[in-house]
Amino acid sequence: MSILDYPFDSALILQKKKKLKKELLLKEGLIEKKIAILSGSTIGEVQNILELFLLNYGIKPVFYQGQYARYYEDLMFDDGALKDFAPDFIYIHTTAKNLENLPLPTDSAEDVNAKLNSEFAKFKACYEKALGFGSIVIANNFEKPFYRMYGNKDAVVPQGVVNYTTRLNLMIADFAAAADNFYVNDIDYLSTLAGLDNWFNLESWYLYKYAVSVDRIPELAFSLAKIIKSALGKNKKSVICDLDNTLWGGVIGDDGVEGITIGNEQPAGMSYTEFQAYLKKLTGLGIMLNVCSKNEEAIAKKGFTDRKEAPLNVDDFICFKANWEPKHQNIANIAKEINIGEDSFVFIDDNPVERDIVRNSLAVTVPEVSCPEDYIKAIDRAGFFEITAFTKDDAKRNEMYKQNAQRAQAQASFGDYKDYLLSLDMSSEIGAFSAAHSERITQLINKTNQFNFTTRRYTQGEVDAIVADKENYISAYAKLVDKFGDNGITQLFIASVEDKTATIDLWVMSCRVFKRHFEFAMFDYFVKQCAARGIATVKASYLPTAKNVIIKDFYEELGLTLVKEEDGAKYYTYTIPADYKNKNEVIKMEEV
Amino acid sequence: MTREAIFEELTEIFRDIFDDEEIELTDETTAEDIEDWDSLEQINLLVAIEKKFSVKFQLSDVNGLANVGDMVSLVQRLVG
Repeated sequence: MSILDYPFDSALILQKKKKLKKELLLKEGLIEKKIAILSGSTIGEVQNILELFLLNYGIKPVFYQGQYARYYEDLMFDDGALKDFAPDFIYIHTTAKNLENLPLPTDSAEDVNAKLNSEFAKFKACYEKALGFGSIVIANNFEKPFYRMYGNKDAVVPQGVVNYTTRLNLMIADFAAAADNFYVNDIDYLSTLAGLDNWFNLESWYLYKYAVSVDRIPELAFSLAKIIKSALGKNKKSVICDLDNTLWGGVIGDDGVEGITIGNEQPAGMSYTEFQAYLKKLTGLGIMLNVCSKNEEAIAKKGFTDRKEAPLNVDDFICFKANWEPKHQNIANIAKEINIGEDSFVFIDDNPVERDIVRNSLAVTVPEVSCPEDYIKAIDRAGFFEITAFTKDDAKRNEMYKQNAQRAQAQASFGDYKDYLLSLDMSSEIGAFSAAHSERITQLINKTNQFNFTTRRYTQGEVDAIVADKENYISAYAKLVDKFGDNGITQLFIASVEDKTATIDLWVMSCRVFKRHFEFAMFDYFVKQCAARGIATVKASYLPTAKNVIIKDFYEELGLTLVKEEDGAKYYTYTIPADYKNKNEVIKMEEV
Repeated sequence: MTREAIFEELTEIFRDIFDDEEIELTDETTAEDIEDWDSLEQINLLVAIEKKFSVKFQLSDVNGLANVGDMVSLVQRLVG
């Protein structure tokens, strides 16, 4: 556990930040991102502590800091410095201290409406201007005021600043819901969690113009880091749960199915029931649930089937490992079966010994949990599943992985692999990148690690640029449908074209459609696009990472010629033969 | 609390914040003597000191702090 992992000690982070930074910079595989911070108050520690949390997520920020309290001028009248910096992210750190037009008791309701509209218009102009840089934009909403002229009624009358701020926050929420690449950093919620008197203090404001108390800056920075890592596809994907004293109270093997504690009859049962209900809701966000428990499988499953009070059912889980093997082995097997990286899992277990073994042997994240009433908080506040983009594919992900389990069973009954693939009755829609798909495309580019030759990351702005530039790029997305279901967009390809040479900049495929000859279909399509443009020369590269070993020799298999190898990186050329024969024989292709 | 005891705690805070184990404090130490001691770090020092000694500084307390000796006196006055 790092001291930056939730639940963290803010004072300790502030005090040790220099040492922490030195240590974190030694991490391998950091990805560099450019972040501009434009602020309505002192930035200072906000940037330093944000840097620590980002480094902890494997992101190395390069910062651009706007002038003190000049977020509006910096954005609206950029002298070219911000544009030249070409930020991947722009963070607009505004707070209630930047509300310039607050209502007064002497205002009429109409006056207040006019103030509210002009206040919102000003911020909206900033947000739109920031989005115009092609960056992902993050802006704070507004915390509640620290005094109330109307007391409780401040929430009710339009002249009340509580009421005014609530309305303004809703307007910002509506804007965010309709805009791509714009995310709200919810300081209204953060300040509520902290307590307003802790979140803001007048001394820090008068002395240093800090609009957030210095000792609360780590919470602000952590919230921002969560949004950024989520936008970069670094969320966790799956939860693995122990059973006894984790999903229910008691030990089902000893106490029997009627002896375990679940349901709303007793306080302890309520805490487990609420936790199960929380996990069930997570599945609605496409988070996959699994069980890893030391139990007899048949008995363990009764905890769900025979106890109707349990919100979860056996079929809510993708993998159900109830046996007596060591847990870290079971978890490693779950990762292999679902085919996602170990570091995409969160493991919840009440037993500190099990937690320790799993934490020390695998890249799985294991939060410290002490009692069932803390389980939800341990998952929720840590932001493992922070949602930025939420696509239709996310909602269906659980379904897709269940179908994969069915495919694995079907495969067992075929002797010849090609026969098996043909039996899947696969078809694929394939075509150049289009604006309609750019959100899913960006998401897939940024979260794919295994079948990914270059591990280049693109912002949505960069994807949109490729959508618009058909002359200099050959791009392709492909969907895959089979008799078990629709996998959605699961493969992407970008090649840049120059002097009759196509260079493969990016080729990614989701791990859930590995080994289906889908990659051959993509290559066939690419060859066809090259032919149509009179291109015969192709360049490609494989840049090694900790995760893409699986495709190390794939270009050789396709018939490309290795021309250079350097520190594990491999560079290829390929001349498309005049009589190129399609490599895919099992998927029906539909070009759009 | 004795001045010596407060000095000891402050030294630890200074060494942490400036990530420098060599720092030795005297009554006369000022921002001139420690390279990274700017207004931003001044705030961090004060926040860390408040936390360490469970005290709360007021506006008037922190405005006139000229050197480490002043800090020690302030803490001593507040913790008694």
